[in-house]
Amino acid sequence: MSSDMQPTLDDERVDPGERLTGEESLRDRLIMAVTGPNVTVTILAFVMAFVVGAVLIAFSDEASREALGYVTSRPSDFFTAAWDAITGAYGALISGALGSGTGITESLLAATPLILAGLAVALPFRAGLFNIGGEGQVIAGGMFAAYVGFNFPGLPLVVHLPLAVAAGFVGGAIMGFIPGILKVRTGAHEVIVTIMLNNIAIVLLDWTLTLPTFIGNATLSPKWLPIADSADLPTMFGSRLNIGIFMALVAAVVIHVFMERSARGFEIEAVGLNPTAATTAGMSVGRATIWALTLAGGLAGLAGSVQTLGVSDGGVTAGFSGGLGFDGITVALLGRSRVPGTVMAGLLFGALEVGGRAMQAEAGINLDLVGVLQALIILFVAAPALVRWLFRLDRPSRRAKAKEVTA
Amino acid sequence: MTGDPLVTRARRFGTVAIVLGVFTIVVFAIPNAGVVTTLSLESRLAGGAGSQIGSIDVPVLWSTLVLGLGALALGVALWMGRWRDHAIRAGGAAIGLFVIAFLLWAARGETLFVVDLARLSLRAAVPLTLGALAGVVSERAGVVNIAIEGQLLMGAFMAAVLASVTESPMMGTVAAILGGVAIAAMLGLLSVKFDTDQIVAGVVLIVFATGLTSFLASQWLTVSPDMNSPATFSAFAIPGLSSIPILGPILFDQSFLVYVTLAAVIILQYGVFNTRWGLRLRSVGEHPKAADTVGINVPRTRWLAVLLGGALAGMGGAFLSIDAASSFTEEMSGGKGFIALAAMLAGRYNPRGAFGAALVFGLSEASARALQGFDVGIPSTLLLATPYVVTILVVSGLIGRLRIPGASAQHYSTE
Amino acid sequence: MQLELQGITKRFPGVIANDHVDLVVRDGEIHGLLGENGAGKSTLMNILYGLYSADEGTILIDGEPVHFDGPGDAIDAGIGMVHQHFMLVPVFTVAENVTLGTEFAHVGGRLDRQAANDAVRDLSRKHNLPLEPDVLVEDLPVGLQQRAEILKALYREAKLLILDEPTAVLTPQEADDLFEAMAKLRDDGRSLVFISHKLREHRAIADRISILRRGKIVGTADPRTASDEELAELMVGRPVDLVVDKPQSSPGEVVLDLDDVDIADEDGVDVVQGITLQVRRGEIVAVAGVEGNGQTEFVNAVTGLHPIHDGRMLLLGDDLSDHSRVELLRGGIGHVPQDRNNEGLVGRMSIAENLVLDHWNSEPYAQRGLMQFRLIREHADHAIEAYDIRTPGADTLVGSLSGGNQQKVVVAREFDKDNALLVAAQPTRGVDVGSIEYIHKRIVEERDEGTAVLIVSSELDEVLALADRVAVMFHGHLVGPFDMPVDKGDIGRMMAGATPEEVFGPSGVPNPGAGGDQDAGERARRADAPRRGDGEVEA
Repeated sequence: MSSDMQPTLDDERVDPGERLTGEESLRDRLIMAVTGPNVTVTILAFVMAFVVGAVLIAFSDEASREALGYVTSRPSDFFTAAWDAITGAYGALISGALGSGTGITESLLAATPLILAGLAVALPFRAGLFNIGGEGQVIAGGMFAAYVGFNFPGLPLVVHLPLAVAAGFVGGAIMGFIPGILKVRTGAHEVIVTIMLNNIAIVLLDWTLTLPTFIGNATLSPKWLPIADSADLPTMFGSRLNIGIFMALVAAVVIHVFMERSARGFEIEAVGLNPTAATTAGMSVGRATIWALTLAGGLAGLAGSVQTLGVSDGGVTAGFSGGLGFDGITVALLGRSRVPGTVMAGLLFGALEVGGRAMQAEAGINLDLVGVLQALIILFVAAPALVRWLFRLDRPSRRAKAKEVTA
Repeated sequence: MTGDPLVTRARRFGTVAIVLGVFTIVVFAIPNAGVVTTLSLESRLAGGAGSQIGSIDVPVLWSTLVLGLGALALGVALWMGRWRDHAIRAGGAAIGLFVIAFLLWAARGETLFVVDLARLSLRAAVPLTLGALAGVVSERAGVVNIAIEGQLLMGAFMAAVLASVTESPMMGTVAAILGGVAIAAMLGLLSVKFDTDQIVAGVVLIVFATGLTSFLASQWLTVSPDMNSPATFSAFAIPGLSSIPILGPILFDQSFLVYVTLAAVIILQYGVFNTRWGLRLRSVGEHPKAADTVGINVPRTRWLAVLLGGALAGMGGAFLSIDAASSFTEEMSGGKGFIALAAMLAGRYNPRGAFGAALVFGLSEASARALQGFDVGIPSTLLLATPYVVTILVVSGLIGRLRIPGASAQHYSTE
Repeated sequence: MQLELQGITKRFPGVIANDHVDLVVRDGEIHGLLGENGAGKSTLMNILYGLYSADEGTILIDGEPVHFDGPGDAIDAGIGMVHQHFMLVPVFTVAENVTLGTEFAHVGGRLDRQAANDAVRDLSRKHNLPLEPDVLVEDLPVGLQQRAEILKALYREAKLLILDEPTAVLTPQEADDLFEAMAKLRDDGRSLVFISHKLREHRAIADRISILRRGKIVGTADPRTASDEELAELMVGRPVDLVVDKPQSSPGEVVLDLDDVDIADEDGVDVVQGITLQVRRGEIVAVAGVEGNGQTEFVNAVTGLHPIHDGRMLLLGDDLSDHSRVELLRGGIGHVPQDRNNEGLVGRMSIAENLVLDHWNSEPYAQRGLMQFRLIREHADHAIEAYDIRTPGADTLVGSLSGGNQQKVVVAREFDKDNALLVAAQPTRGVDVGSIEYIHKRIVEERDEGTAVLIVSSELDEVLALADRVAVMFHGHLVGPFDMPVDKGDIGRMMAGATPEEVFGPSGVPNPGAGGDQDAGERARRADAPRRGDGEVEA
């Protein structure tokens, strides 16, 4: 960026001492965090994450831990055992996700809600907002969709399914609108409000699981009534993969066009980059905030609908959202809050999840390792300075970065 | 001139108090003439001497009527312009009266073990308080600590493992402190040294701690259950004090970590506002450059604050796995880190306030359990949402203006 | 103490902020450091205070080389600094701020507030800088906050005090108080470095002046003997001619009509009161005043960013309060905001995008809700040409342009519209001299095309050069407007709070009976003659 225009002698020069306070606004930092890192850093982040993961595998695999017991006398045993464990685990991970038709369809299935939940975080990031409320929005969306889904069983599929999906969108959108309006009207920080709404949504979900209206007479293992066939997402290729993946991709394209082409998207972007200048130009920070968070809530609501109308076809259970809100954050961070990146990241994490199941079944390494890997990838992606430092990359000085932001 | 914000606030609280008062009288008092709630002052839980006062029968009509009129009076006084500067306290008192009335009404015709309720509320408040204090010290230094949840989990895990290996809950606590500090160190590394966005860093660390502890628990602890059967803390009755009626079983017949929590609240309240350390801590959080220009080492101050926070939250984790429960289970913190965050905000970044909020949240948790089976009209599980609703009201400025430390979430570097 | 800087050099990416700076501050003198915005004054002082480390060069104190790793070292060496943006914690008391870092404490770290208050009270008495120690800093007016900042340095026994643009936030009266305090500190044996870009102030207080230009010391002068022209030329590198060549105005119909307007701040307090002002087609009305006297709220209210509390505000006969900001911007108001980085531009968007920022969602740049980027780009290419914006292309990020070119982007956007009223706040702040001349020329052209122009500026020379009528804003009240010419010193006195009657006599207007605008420029030039407390030359 700074190379676009070298200061020339004819230009007035800025005294950097006057500009740089060393303190940048939260918004600037947030935007740096979600759009900053380059491709090299992303690749290195993967390398680092899998290296750390390998260490965890080595020390948790039983054979290699046994060998560790006499590592001083025969170190090669340990390293051989560890190497076997690591290659076995990662081999199963990759082949499980991509090595078969089922692997691929399962990966796409797992990626579907991740893409939607990722977009639900990426879009507000562009407006300088942090949506930690994905979880609550997923729950609300899933509940709305399921409610429409198990009622009105007589409707034809072409009516019932879109209706249920739309209800899911609306449910999530309401949960997104609340932090939006509160931020605009009272200045309440969206991070806090969305976290609280997540928990409120969980309490409400648990409550519905005690009410006959929702669970019929299944009081022992509470579960909502099953979704009617006419609201069930149709599957494809004789697999469990349903048309939800197309919903996700269509939503991604729509959001992409919205952000890159539409006037409203331009407004959101400008508000995210400089709310004061946007206001001065007649834009409305409040409108952009509400739009971004409501749309985001709707996207997360779609993710919830995909879960309740598709995957968990038995209906809504406690914890059906499965941490999708937080997964959405990791997906959006990895995708650097751009739509194409978020879609890629969603596909990748979907594959990791499916591969992780294979890893657990075949190599005996618990699926939870995938969560560690994802967290590590994001940790390194979110802290490009850390990766640069670890790898001694020729880094632009912090001053230069700060200048890009403040200038 | 538009209205004085203090007057507006007092009236808002006044309205709330009046509504609560009227509600109490109409719903709790009037329909319940002749009904009695038995308040048991014995403790079924405290192991120590316990007091032998027995129980008293309280008529629901008269007791709730008095409480309702009290709330009504507070509301009217607030509207009349009394206590403009203490509107929060007066409003809080009205809400407190309402809560008592609610409990009396909910347990009508039954026995309510009030001492045990208080005792359980305090215990439920322990991890919330320690987590909230972790937030207070860290945020007072200008570092947002969303990662409390991760620190609790890491602390819980380490405590369970080490207390199993050493068969000493004390060693478990030490390990928990180290676990919390480890997550805090990562937060410090990311936010103080590598200027990552602090909220992003916090969220990532929660995901990391959840993944790591779950992985280790499922991969390792399930195979070696002896690594997850920790020696736990039990109640230690303080001789003399514990036989005080009512207060004894609540406050002085508790386990080690409860005493630590109470001490931490007092020490930090004093330390943050009345010591050199506290002044410097706050200066770094409010205006780091001002601190820097008088020779205060900003990064070091922030580091120490973040690590101290990690230690506190780690102890909160220890309470979860080797005091409240007796083993580590995956994701056992179950969102308590977020309630702690809420308590910190509701307590306005003050140790005392955070403790007060944690107690209220603890009470709502304990009441939800105690009222199961009673005819409450609303399901008691919904009481669990209280902390979250209260927090939204606080951050929305509906309960006074929340003042955030000036340099919150801002990175600071000299060059 | 004597301070000597030898060959201090500091480079930032793409810029040399300080280029082999040599400077000597003698024992017991007030040393003025004069230079344009961006000349490198602040960087130099931050090095001296240990906030930056120099890439090359040595600092000598009383002949001994010293090395500062941080401000702590500089403080220990006896250097104190009064920062332009105060280094005070708003929620701390004066005493807490003054003693921070070297607190009074009992054994065990408990603060001794009594001792701190006593010490600060003694200190303020000793230096004749009265200030209550136990008041929260955020409750103090700016002038007193600055006093706390000075006490902070004195508490640390500073022997050399650096004051970085201390007068920027002060009224002339407060500035005079400050100068008095500075003189006393010098007479007590301290050395002071006084940074300002105002010649008048250096004449008033400095014993010697060093002039910094583009990171280099270009000369040292005696303020008693050097002429304004010499100093100004040293400062900017070529003779300054701020007198704008403009034909006589021919005012037409009233465009903006303010009648007894009050404007309240966020807390509901009226910060601007009783403004009555008319601006006509084809004239420039300029509002002078020290910043912080309500100008920001005034400009924001006129341009629809801030509601008016009471009174009437009409644009071409329409009540303005019925319209939203965006309607006003589309319906005939051009607005050059005072802080282009924060208010005017989105640094991380391109020039092309910034050029349509305030009509982003209207035809022809947006159609059916979609941005027409090809059209936006063509528009940008045209504007870059027409407004002489020096850039590699329309896709360049605005944030990477120089201040002058950034301001031209704002000017291009706002002037290119079909404006009935043009409001420009601090239109040339932080802009190089070439761009200043260009922007002034465009403003006069706008006027001559029949636009009503309202300028708000704290640069008195700019006001005098552009105005057809001039008003002064002080403490939320508007004095005037008066027909030009008005004596520069008279405006200066009104900026400090004098009433028109005090300044002009019972009539309350300048030159009663004297008419004609022909000699406006001539009078303005004559008013430059250095008269203590009045004349003012600014870069």
